[in-house]
Amino acid sequence: MLGIVLAALGLQAAILQQDAIRRILAINVLGVGVFLVFIATAYQGADAPPDAVPHALVLTGIVVAVAATALALALQRRMESSDVDADDE
Amino acid sequence: MTFDALLLLDMLLAAMMLMLAVAALHSHSLRQGIILFIVFGLVTALAWARLRAPDVALAEAAIGSGVAGALLLAALRDRKPRKQKTPMARPAWQVLTVTYLVIGLALTASWAFLDAQANHAGPRLGAMVQAELANSGVANPVTAVLLNFRAYDTLLELAVLLAALLGVLALGPERTAPRAAGPVVTHLVAWLTPLLIVTAGYLLWVGAHAPGGAFQAGALLAAAGIVVRLSGNPHTGLPSGVWIRMLAVAGCGVFMFVGLASMSGGANLLQYPADWAGTLILLIEIFATLAIAASLVLVYLGGRPESWSSGGKNARA
Repeated sequence: MLGIVLAALGLQAAILQQDAIRRILAINVLGVGVFLVFIATAYQGADAPPDAVPHALVLTGIVVAVAATALALALQRRMESSDVDADDE
Repeated sequence: MTFDALLLLDMLLAAMMLMLAVAALHSHSLRQGIILFIVFGLVTALAWARLRAPDVALAEAAIGSGVAGALLLAALRDRKPRKQKTPMARPAWQVLTVTYLVIGLALTASWAFLDAQANHAGPRLGAMVQAELANSGVANPVTAVLLNFRAYDTLLELAVLLAALLGVLALGPERTAPRAAGPVVTHLVAWLTPLLIVTAGYLLWVGAHAPGGAFQAGALLAAAGIVVRLSGNPHTGLPSGVWIRMLAVAGCGVFMFVGLASMSGGANLLQYPADWAGTLILLIEIFATLAIAASLVLVYLGGRPESWSSGGKNARA
């Protein structure tokens, strides 16, 4: 449940924020929300072993998310440096 | 009694995550927002631990909060202080429309989630994993899923990381190194780096039967590189020239090689022979760890490192 709320918060901020870095941050929060939903489905009580498949999916997801974040930040850096160049000319 | 205390802890964790998320997203200063996001990641790691997902907790603390936080802070530092384009406030109707749409979406998703939990509980894959665990060559179910049952996904994940790395490298040269740190930090780093490397090795080895594995180990190794870099040391322990490229593709390469080799034995792609599974998984994990660490450090540098072309024929004029 909390996961869905977090995902919604992240989505709203990702759409409404105007700053590129803030948007990237918002998308990361959105991702954590989605992961939380997954892990919650894997949980089967305090005694039963949890379902390992969603865990593996989320692990993969975290790495992919950080790769995407890195690429997005590099693009943002490039965008801003070319903005500055355009202003100078 | 203990149950109540744990319930209290869970409620507290949930409330903290919610508050930190709101604070991180809407704080006035971006720097503050990013630091709050890092804290949010660490609290999330605690929540994973409470949900019996220790593998995910380790990965979240190391990658989701550590590496991502370092990346965000570095991006912020790079920003040139420029004439502030005063951000126009969005018109209220836009904010309201988006907010209502998102709430609607969230309610639909919640309904679908609850309905699926209550009425459509199908057979779970988790039971199958537990049943087949003995054949996988490792004793940790998450590692078994990642590197044996669904090894395909993990291979593609390494490919995604490689693609992102290539994208970052194509976008320009590395960012300038931070200035040299004071003696206290330098000494701390001198202590910390070997510790991080040893811990990474431990996590890699223990991944076979307990929480841990290639991703967590790779992230720790990358953290060692980033810390060295942050202390003002211009190189990050990465090799130069051709070797760095070899390292970056090692994960994918060894994985593919093992997969193809298993095919030549008449099995399917990545269907390991049962006796060898444990060894092969460890082999893949070692190279995956090195590749992940190299990729993350390179990505943190934010572009082609200076040493990239040293000794190569296209050295800078």
